Amino acid sequence: MSNLLNISPSPHIHGEETTRKLMLGVVLALMPALLTSVIYFGAGALIVVATSVSSCILFEYLLQRFVLKKPISITDGSALVTGLLLAFNLPSNLPVFIIVIGSFVAIAVAKMTFGGLGNNPFNPALVGRVFILISFPVQMTNWPVPAGIKTGYADAITGATPLAIIKEGLKNGESISQLMHKVPTTVQMFLGKMGGSMGEVAALALLIGFVYMLYRKIITWHIPVSIIGTVAIFTTILWLRHPESNASPVFHLLTGGVMLGAIFMATDYVTSPMNPKAMIIYGCCIGILTVVIRVWGAYPEGVSFAILIMNAFVPLMNAYIKPKRFGEEVKYG
Amino acid sequence: MLKTFPIGGIHPPEHKLTANQPISYLPVPASVTIPVSQHLGAPATVIVAKGDYVRTGQVIATSKGFVSANIHSSVSGKVSKIDTIIDSSGYKQTAVYIDVEGDEWIESINKSSEILTEIKLSPEEITKRCLETGIVGLGGATFPTYIKLTIPAGKKCNLLIINGVECEPYLTSDHRLMLEKGEEILIGVSILMKALKVERAMIGIEENKPDAIDHLTKLASSFKGITVHALKVKYPQGAEKQLIKALINREVPSGHLPLDVGAVVQNVGTAFAVYEAVQKNKPLFERVVTITGNGLAKPGNFVVRIGTPVSDLIEAAGGMPGDTGKIISGGPMMGKALRNADVPVVKGMSGLVVMPLEESERLEVQPCIRCAKCCTVCPLNLEPYLLMKLAEKGLFEKAEEERITDCMECGSCSYCCPSDRPLLDYIRLGKSTVIKMARERNTK
Repeated sequence: MSNLLNISPSPHIHGEETTRKLMLGVVLALMPALLTSVIYFGAGALIVVATSVSSCILFEYLLQRFVLKKPISITDGSALVTGLLLAFNLPSNLPVFIIVIGSFVAIAVAKMTFGGLGNNPFNPALVGRVFILISFPVQMTNWPVPAGIKTGYADAITGATPLAIIKEGLKNGESISQLMHKVPTTVQMFLGKMGGSMGEVAALALLIGFVYMLYRKIITWHIPVSIIGTVAIFTTILWLRHPESNASPVFHLLTGGVMLGAIFMATDYVTSPMNPKAMIIYGCCIGILTVVIRVWGAYPEGVSFAILIMNAFVPLMNAYIKPKRFGEEVKYG
Repeated sequence: MLKTFPIGGIHPPEHKLTANQPISYLPVPASVTIPVSQHLGAPATVIVAKGDYVRTGQVIATSKGFVSANIHSSVSGKVSKIDTIIDSSGYKQTAVYIDVEGDEWIESINKSSEILTEIKLSPEEITKRCLETGIVGLGGATFPTYIKLTIPAGKKCNLLIINGVECEPYLTSDHRLMLEKGEEILIGVSILMKALKVERAMIGIEENKPDAIDHLTKLASSFKGITVHALKVKYPQGAEKQLIKALINREVPSGHLPLDVGAVVQNVGTAFAVYEAVQKNKPLFERVVTITGNGLAKPGNFVVRIGTPVSDLIEAAGGMPGDTGKIISGGPMMGKALRNADVPVVKGMSGLVVMPLEESERLEVQPCIRCAKCCTVCPLNLEPYLLMKLAEKGLFEKAEEERITDCMECGSCSYCCPSDRPLLDYIRLGKSTVIKMARERNTK
C-alpha cells in the first residue's frame, strides 16, 4: 500500500446540514414578513433592516478582530439572523443611531461577552430591543401607521398599536366593544395592516415562514405551538369570563409580537431548551407570562419580556427536565 | 402507515449501488490469512502448526470458553505460518496463514445444491452444530449464535425476529441473499425456531427492498409460523432494540437483552449460515460481502472465503480508484475504517465501502449552537450534546447518571450535527470510562 488511508471512528458520512444553511433557512423564512413590512411601511422598513443587519455583522467582526482576537465567524449567518430579528422588533421609523446602539447591545453585550455563538443565555436580538425600549421609550413606542410602500422614513405618520389602544382605552373606562371600532379588522390584522414593530405585524407571512422552517426541519413545532396554544387558551378563559374588559383570543394572537415571538424569537436554538418536554413547558410559561404582562402589567405588550424571563430558566430546565429514555421504567413479566 | 421505531432516527442517502448485482463467487485466493478472533468473546486456540496440510472446512482453531467460536480453514493448502496481524478491528491478533493448493473440502460437507427442507436434527443437536460450525451473528456484531440459542434457566423465548432490515447505506449483501437464497433462509429460520422452541418468527425488511419483501412473503406462505413485515426506511432500524420496538412495540429495558421481552433476534445472513451448517454440515468459512463505493468500476456482491485479502475483493470490483481516501469495513454509519487493503475478510464483514478522499475527511468543528438535533435523532432519547460535554470535562459520574452506557454508537448524532461536532467520539470515550469505573466498583 503506497497511499495512506484515512482512519477515523464512525460515522463516516455526514448529513448535509450546516450551521450556515440553518441560519440562511431562518433568513429565508423571514423573507415573507420582510416583504409584507416593506409593502406596508415603505422605505423605512428597508432602512431599519439594512442598518440593523450591517451594524450587527460589523460589531461582531470588529470585536472578534480587535478585541477578542479570535477567528472571524461572521460568515456563519448568526449575526445576520440577529440583525434581522432585531430589526423585526423595531418600529420602521426608528432613528439610525438608536438601531446602532441596539445592535451593539445585542452583539457585544448579549452575545460576545458570553463567548459568542452558542454560549449566550439570553436572546441577543431581544436584549438589544429591550435595552433600547427602556432607554428610548418615546421613539420605541412611536409606531408608523401602515400607509403603503411609498411611506417615507422620517416623515411617516405615527399612531398607537392595537394593543396600546386597548390598554389605554380600558384604563379610560371604555369597553371592548367600543374599542374594537378603533382597531383594524381581523383580516387586516392577519395580513399585517396595523401599527407595530416592522416584522411582527403580518401573522400570515410569519406563519408561511413557520411552515417553511418545519418543512426544512429547522425547528420543531413544540415551542411555537405551546406558546400560541397557551395564549389562546388563557385569553379565551379571560374573554369568556369578562368579554367587556378582555379582548378576544383572536385579537391577542394577531396583535403584538405573539407570532414573531413564538415562531422566531423563542425558538432561537441557543436560548431555548434541548428536549421536547422542556420545550413545551418553556412555551407554556412564555404564553402565560405574555398574557399576564399584557392584561395586568404596565406595558401593553409582553412577549419580549416573557421570552427573556424564560431564557433565564433554560439551563435549569435542561438540567432537570429529562426526556424519557428508551427502555426506561418499562416493566415486562 | 408502515411500522417503524418511534423515537429518533435518520435517513441518510441510501446509495444501494449493488442492489441489482447478483451474488457471484470470488475465485479462491492464492493465500488466506485467518484471524483466530472473528467473534465477540475469547479468541479461539490454534490447533494446527506450520507446515500442516488443511482442507476446506477443517477446524484450525477451537473455541475457548463460553463466549467464543470455532474457526475453520476456508481453503485447502499448507499452513505457511502462524503470526500476528493487525486485522479489520485495528487490533493485533494471532492469525493462521495458509497457502492455497486446490480446493479440497472435508468429506462431511454436503456439496450438492439441492435444497433440503426436512429438519432432522433435534433442538440440542442444532445448537451443538452451530457451535461446531463456528456460526456467529453475521449482521456485524458476531455474537456466537449457539449462545443465543441456549435460553438461560428462568427465561422464556416466544418469538424469533429475523433482521432483514439492512439499514446501513450502501450495503446490499442481505438484500441479495434474501432474493437469491430465500428458501434456504426460511428453512434456516425454521431451524432456529425449532432450536428455540418457538412457534412464531417475524422477518422485518425495510420497504426500500420491495422485491425481497414480495419474494419472502410468497415463500413464507408455505412455512408455518413465519411472517414477513415491511418497515419504513429509517436508520438504525437494524439495531436489535429498535427492530423489536418496530415489530412488536415492546421496549427492551435499559441494560437488558431482547430475551427479557421474550424475543431473540437473528440476522438473515445468520439464518442462511445456520441452514448451511445444519442441513449441509458446512462450517462458516465463506460469506456474502458487498464491495461498493461510488468510485468503483464494478461494485458487486460476492461470496468470499474468510481470510481473503480485502485487496482481492477490490480488484474484483474493478480495482482501487486513484482517489481512494478510506476503506470502511461494514456500513458508513457504524463500520470501521481499515488501515490498508491487506487485511483479511472476516466473518463479521458484511460489506466494504471504498470512499474517495474528499468524502473521507472530516469537516472543521464549529461551536455547538444547541439546535437539539442530536437529541431529536437519538433513537434512545439520550442527550448527545450533554454526554459529549460531560465526557470532555471528565464528569463521568454525571455521564453515568445521564445513561451514557445506553448509547449503542449508531452515530446518528454525529451524522446530523450542523456544527460537525465529534459527538460520538466523546461519547465513546465517556462510555468506556464509565464501564471501567463500574467494573472497578463491582470488584471492590
